[in-house]
Amino acid sequence: MKLDRDLGRSLLKEMLRIRRFEEKCAELYSAGKIRGFLHLYIGEEAVAAGAMRAFGPEDAILATYREHGQALVRGIPAGAIMAEMYGKVEGCSHGRGGSMHIFDAATRFYGGNAIVGGGLPLAVGFALADRMMRRPRVTACFFGEGAVAEGEFHESLNLASLWKVPALFLCENNLYAMGTALERSEADTDLCEKARSYKMPARSVDGMDVIAVKDATAQAAAEVRAGGGPQFLEFRTYRFRAHSMFDAELYRTKAEVEQWKPRCPILTFTNRLKAEGLIDEPALAAIEAEVADEIARAVAFAEAGSWEPVENLARDVYTGRAA
Amino acid sequence: MNEAPARIRTTYREALREALREALTRDERVFLMGEDVGRYGGSYAVSKGLLAEFGEERIRDTPLSESAFVGAGIGAALNGMLPIVEVMTVNFSLLALDQIVNNAATIRHMSGGQFSIPLVIRMATGAGRQLAAQHSHSFEGWYAHIPGIRIVTPATLEDARGMLWTALLDPDPVILFENALLYNLEGELAPDAGAVDIDRAAVRRAGEDLTLVTYGGSLGKTLEAAAQLAGQGVSAEVIDLRTLRPLDMPVVLGSLSKTHRMVIVDEGWKSGSLAGEIMARVMEEAFYDLDAPIARVCSAEVPIPYPKHLEDAAIPQVATIVESALRTAGRHG
Repeated sequence: MKLDRDLGRSLLKEMLRIRRFEEKCAELYSAGKIRGFLHLYIGEEAVAAGAMRAFGPEDAILATYREHGQALVRGIPAGAIMAEMYGKVEGCSHGRGGSMHIFDAATRFYGGNAIVGGGLPLAVGFALADRMMRRPRVTACFFGEGAVAEGEFHESLNLASLWKVPALFLCENNLYAMGTALERSEADTDLCEKARSYKMPARSVDGMDVIAVKDATAQAAAEVRAGGGPQFLEFRTYRFRAHSMFDAELYRTKAEVEQWKPRCPILTFTNRLKAEGLIDEPALAAIEAEVADEIARAVAFAEAGSWEPVENLARDVYTGRAA
Repeated sequence: MNEAPARIRTTYREALREALREALTRDERVFLMGEDVGRYGGSYAVSKGLLAEFGEERIRDTPLSESAFVGAGIGAALNGMLPIVEVMTVNFSLLALDQIVNNAATIRHMSGGQFSIPLVIRMATGAGRQLAAQHSHSFEGWYAHIPGIRIVTPATLEDARGMLWTALLDPDPVILFENALLYNLEGELAPDAGAVDIDRAAVRRAGEDLTLVTYGGSLGKTLEAAAQLAGQGVSAEVIDLRTLRPLDMPVVLGSLSKTHRMVIVDEGWKSGSLAGEIMARVMEEAFYDLDAPIARVCSAEVPIPYPKHLEDAAIPQVATIVESALRTAGRHG
C-alpha cells in the first residue's frame, strides 16, 4: 500500500527530532551541561514515533528511563525536556528528575521510571481507574525486554488480564538489558509467549519499521479501547549507542552494531519515502532545518533557564507542606 | 436536662470497618483492594460484610502480588481514584517495597510537584500471637524513615474510627499501621465518632515525674505501666505519637519540659529505630531539659521467636516498661 505523503513526512520528522535531539544531548553531556545518567534511544526511534500515534490526549503514557523519544513525540516541548536535562526550574519536572524522570501533567506523561519494571504495576492501576470510571481511555506502558525478568512484569500482566483493564504493554526489545543479552537472561526468549500465558493477545513487530509499529499499535490500542482487555506488543529494535554514557560496550562487538546500522529506521524510511516519490533532497533538507531550529531553541531555552534556589530544597516532597 | 447520647460498645476491628464503610459511602472514588478482603472478609475480618454491601468492583480481591496491587493503587490514585490498599501484614509489604519507596514516595518530588498520590495503604503489624519471625515484625519505624509518605498508627478506638478518612483526604500516600493485637480491643465510642486529625501526638495520661512516649500496640501496655507506677508514687505522663512521620515533637518536648525524664517504648528493634530518632531529636532540641539519660524499651535484637515465653521476652512488656521507668525516675539502685 502506498504511503500518504504527509503521514510519511511527519513520521520521518518525528524520528529525526528524536535522533537530532539526542545527538545534541550526547554533545551536551560531554560538555558537562547534562549530568547523571543519560540513556540514548538512538536506533529505536521508530517505536516511539510509530506507537504514539495511537494515543489521544486523554490517554496516559508511562515510560522508562530511556524516554526522551516518547516524551518528544507525545508533545512535551523540547525546551522543557532539555531544561529538565540541565536540571533547570523550567524543566518539565522542575529540574528535580533529570533525563530519567520526565513527567508532564499537560500531556499525561507519567515518567520516566528508572526502576526496571516499576511502571507496569502503575499502568495496571491507571487502566483500572479508567475501567472503574467507565472512561474509554487506554494506558500505554513502555518498557524494555529486561523488565520481563522482573516479578513485577508477571504480576502486572496477570493482574491486568485477570481484571481486563484497558492497558497496552509495549515492550521495546533492544536485545540487551544494559549489557546482558536476552538469551543470557531468559530461559525462553519468546516474549510474546510469556504474555500469552496470561491469556493476553500478543504480537511481535519489526521495531525498526515505523509503519509496522504504527499499524500494530493503532490496531491493538483500538481493541483495548473497545474493551477487549489488555494487549502486549513486542517491538524488535536495536540500540546503536551505549546503554548510558558510562558504558564501554564490552558485551557486544562493533561488527554486530555495524550489522544493524543498515536497518536504521530513519535511513530505511527515508529511502522508502524517496523510492515512493514522497520526499526529495530539498524537502528532506527542509525537515532537517526545522528540526535543527527546534533543537537550537530548546538548548537556548535550557541555557537561559534558572537554578532553583536552595531555599526551595524541601518543596514538593509533600503536597502543600514542607518535608 | 439533656442526656449525653449513649456511647456505643465496639471493637477496634469494628471501628476500622465502620471507617471503611463511611469512606466507601461518602466518595465513589474510594475502593478497597488486597488479598482476601472480599470473599474471605479480610484476614483479620476487618472488611467482613463489605463485599455484599459494596460489590466486587469496590471490594476487590487481589492475587498474592503485593508489588502489582500496591503499584496499581498508586497508579489508580494518580488517575483520579482514592484507593485503600490492604496488605495482609507489614512483613508481606516488603514484597511491595519497590512500589512504596521508589514510586509512591518519590513521584511527587521527581515530577516537580505535578502529581499527588492520595493513596492509603493499611497493614497489620506487631508481635504477640506466636506467629514467629515472618509474621511478627514491626517495620513502621523503617517506613517512617522515608520522606514522601506519612505514617499513622491508630492505637485507640477513636483513631481506628477516625484516621482513615483524614488519611484519604491527605493528598499524599499514607500508611496506616494496625497492630494486630488491637483488633479485639473493646471499648466505647461516641455515636457521632468520625474523622480525627493525623498531625498531632496525644497525651493519653497526664503526669508530672516522667514522660513515657509510645504508639500503636504498645500504648495499652504503657498505660497499664503508668497505672502501676502511680501505685508506686511515680506520676507518668503517656504520649501516644499517633503519627510517626511527621513526628509531632512539640508535644514530646512540651511534656519533657515538665517531667525532665523520658522512656520511649517502641516494638521495633532498638538499632536504627524510631525510638533512637526521638532520642536524637531530644538531644538536639532539649538536651538541657534532661535530668536523666533517656531510656528505651524496644524489642530484643532477634527475629521474633515462636515459643510464647521467648516471644514475650522479646517485645516490650508492662513489667519491663515499669522497671525502666523506675530506673529513669531514680527509684532503682
